Amino acid sequence: MIVETIGYVLEAAQAALALLLAPGLVGLIRWLKARLQNRRGAPIWQPYWELSKLFQKEVVVSSNASWLFRAAPFVVFSSAVAVTFLVPILAVPLPFDGVGDLLVVVYLLLLGTFFLSLAGLDPGSPFGGMGASREMTVAALAEPTVALAIFALALSAGSTNLGQIVARTMTSPGASLSPGHLLAFGALFIVTLAETGRLPIDNPATHLELTMIHEAMILEYSGRYLALIEWAAALKLFIFFSLLGNLFIPWGVSAVLTPATLAVAVASLLVKLAVLAGVVAVLETRIAKLRLFRVPELLSVSFVLALLAVTSSFLLR
Amino acid sequence: MALAYLLLTLHLAAHAIGVTAALVARGAVGRGLVAGSGLVGALAALGLGSVCLGAGLVPTLSATFLPLTGFALRIDGLSAFFLIVIGMVGAAVTVYGFGYSAAYEGRYSLRLLGAMLNVLLLSLSVQVMADNALTFLLAWEAMSLSTYAMVLTEHDRPGTVRAAHWYIAITHAGFAALVAMFLLLSAGELTTSFAAMRSAALTPGARDAAFVLALVGFGAKAGIAPLHVWLPMAHPVAPSHVSALMSGVVIKMGVYGLLRVTIDLLVGGPAWWGGLILAAGTISALLGVLYALMEHDLKRLLAYHSVENIGIIFIGIGAGLMFQSYGLTTLATLGVISGLYHTINHACFKGLLFLGAGSVLHATGTRNMEEMGGLIKRMPRTALFFLIGACAISALPPLNGFASEWLVFQTLLGGSAIPQPEVAVIMPIAVAMLALTSGLAAACFVKAFGITFLAIPRSREAERAHEAPRSMQIGMASLALACVALGLAPFVVVPALGASLAGLGGVAPSAVAFTPALSLRVPGTSGQMSAPLLALGLLLLMGLVPVALWILGADRRLRVGDTWGCGRIGQTPRMEYTATAFAEPLRRVFAELYRPTRDLSIDFHPESKYFVQSIEYRSEIHPWLERLLYDRPLHGLHRAATWVRRLQGGSLHLYLLYLTLAFLALLTAARWWR
Repeated sequence: MIVETIGYVLEAAQAALALLLAPGLVGLIRWLKARLQNRRGAPIWQPYWELSKLFQKEVVVSSNASWLFRAAPFVVFSSAVAVTFLVPILAVPLPFDGVGDLLVVVYLLLLGTFFLSLAGLDPGSPFGGMGASREMTVAALAEPTVALAIFALALSAGSTNLGQIVARTMTSPGASLSPGHLLAFGALFIVTLAETGRLPIDNPATHLELTMIHEAMILEYSGRYLALIEWAAALKLFIFFSLLGNLFIPWGVSAVLTPATLAVAVASLLVKLAVLAGVVAVLETRIAKLRLFRVPELLSVSFVLALLAVTSSFLLR
Repeated sequence: MALAYLLLTLHLAAHAIGVTAALVARGAVGRGLVAGSGLVGALAALGLGSVCLGAGLVPTLSATFLPLTGFALRIDGLSAFFLIVIGMVGAAVTVYGFGYSAAYEGRYSLRLLGAMLNVLLLSLSVQVMADNALTFLLAWEAMSLSTYAMVLTEHDRPGTVRAAHWYIAITHAGFAALVAMFLLLSAGELTTSFAAMRSAALTPGARDAAFVLALVGFGAKAGIAPLHVWLPMAHPVAPSHVSALMSGVVIKMGVYGLLRVTIDLLVGGPAWWGGLILAAGTISALLGVLYALMEHDLKRLLAYHSVENIGIIFIGIGAGLMFQSYGLTTLATLGVISGLYHTINHACFKGLLFLGAGSVLHATGTRNMEEMGGLIKRMPRTALFFLIGACAISALPPLNGFASEWLVFQTLLGGSAIPQPEVAVIMPIAVAMLALTSGLAAACFVKAFGITFLAIPRSREAERAHEAPRSMQIGMASLALACVALGLAPFVVVPALGASLAGLGGVAPSAVAFTPALSLRVPGTSGQMSAPLLALGLLLLMGLVPVALWILGADRRLRVGDTWGCGRIGQTPRMEYTATAFAEPLRRVFAELYRPTRDLSIDFHPESKYFVQSIEYRSEIHPWLERLLYDRPLHGLHRAATWVRRLQGGSLHLYLLYLTLAFLALLTAARWWR
């Protein structure tokens, strides 16, 4: 009973931690990028100020928009928060492990994308439509890679349950260096860039409407709605980073619930996030945005990586 | 048991009354009687299926039931499941039809429509209850012909007659394959009961031939690629409630037949049977959704999605059969269950979507999405129901489409249990294709819902649209409710589906062991998911977030303003993104498949090329695959028919000569045969 209660407390703590750290992660990438580009850059906590500013601003809604436009930010935000209860951020196994597996996580995120795209179309602005169309294209083309990466992970763990995947990799450390695992990591990394709207697929810093994807879609949003959407986007980045960090390199994730292991878990999570943020910052400094119609090529690279990951696990059994 | 017979009698009687009423009564009374008796009949079918499935009854009716010799009915688990599907969609469709067909009053034949709707509902249920080939084939033909008549309802619209011709031609080609298959299975005696066919000893060659014939025959009805060409033509031109019934139930009869023959009558087969079904399913799923993306006729788009979803059902069933041949009974059962689950789910959400599209058509008079928009404000309820259907078909949690696709994924993930790696590798490819399909389906329904219902009306008709009448709303609401319920209760549905497979030789029902807790655990691959908790969590969060915002003191002001347009004032519908534009990136990505033709002509001002006077852009997509497969054979057929026509000289003497020759030839043949 007590263990269960601790589990639920941990779930809540995990979600709170994700909500708290997510904007900071975005700030960290921006700051690192600025440093790499010889700029001073805004402080890491700048996104927090932006969110609190947006929450205090008035909302302007287009006269063409319907209730869906006003409901969408809540759907997007809630689905992202729901996912933070399902993914192993600090500890395994958690009580909600049976509520949703990796497939549920992927489709919950798709739920958010679906409603955000609809909201992009709702005000009737051509930019919103453009963003929605591109966002759905990228999301659809990334889907097979995600599924295959899940397949590769599930193959070695014998389950799609996130807790079991983490536990399995922890017990057999050699598995995380197997070719299947490494290839799947590569595939999922590219998908992370696509799903979270980073370079070279989308430029989060752009303000030229014709090249935007995510930003074009949410162009009509303002005030608290925009804040929710920005926060959800940061959460999505946080979720993908912690999936990359904890599914493939699970060390540090607490398997026995003691204060010491939890402290290690928090520390290792911060290290993993910082390293991934660093990698993304370097990448975004080094490469330019791809033309929209070259994006499928990049995604097919990730698809092939994932396919090789699965077939290699089949052949190396 | 007595209840089952009572419901069966009620079902048969209600539809018989419905046919009579349609032919006799006119006007609102006639429509009411047709809808009422159709509703009673459908609910009786639903009740009959539930009673039989719940109590594990297997009622049998033999030849004495009707004077027609050789007529035999028997309800086992599989029949009961399909009766439930027929009843659920049938009930919603008949209620909806009451309001929808009002617009046909005085324009088209309501007698024929009402009578044929009842004939169709009756033939569907008789077909799934059939216990010998004759009964099955008769019901099958009644189903095809009644559907044909209803497709022709709006006969004066362009394209209707052509679509009906395609439908009847392909469905009869399939029928021929089915007759051949049953002759093969029953050794030439069509009144042989299914029980006798099960125990018949066939050579492996004959079994393979029967399987291929069944796949062709039932695949043609189900709309599996490349036999799907009739589907996107015939489904859109039928009255919308009939489209819902066709896409929701009629094509599912292909699934029923295939299951009945492969896992029941033939009791499973070699691995390539399942592999062939799996491959056909994968190709159909992908082709269906890709063509749906390019479609801007709302009902045609939905029809292409039927091809996609039938593909998904076939993926589940095919994988199940493959596992069966390797002795992996748990996974085999799981595969078939996932296929059946998607069958009932697709029946509900596709029925709902077609009814929604019907309401839109009813309100705007057009099926072209490019002329719609802004309907969410003019028909809010229809919009909400359509949105539920769109979310369900896009496999978004926690609705029903997600539950069954999750199960299909879990089945395929179990593919690693297949001992041969070169065969097992099929499964991840199917997983990838299925994932691509569901991603593209989500993109397609963002387009379908977004362009149709959101933003500014693109035409005057859309601007003047009105909400659908009450009866149509009830029809849609009931199916929307079914979508939600089926999504939230997989832990009830899946064991019931397991029960429906009891007694079928091809799968081992004993292997089904799902935990009866809220969460659904898959044995073998051991994935876990709990739809109700997921839904509860999402609802809680959606409720809590506004409360949290209020507590934290977020600003609550809201101002309505113009859409931002880079400084220009006033927005017209012409500035909106169109359905064509929305699908453009994907059209480019899959250009190899679509092979679009582009035709751009620009008129410049004679003085300067910087002043454009007019631009004409035309782009078309050629379904080259279909042309490749159909054009040449059709051409050959046409030529042969022209040649054969010469026989028909018009002279009576010539015909007498033919008669004599034929008679002599037959006599000689009979003598020689003996």
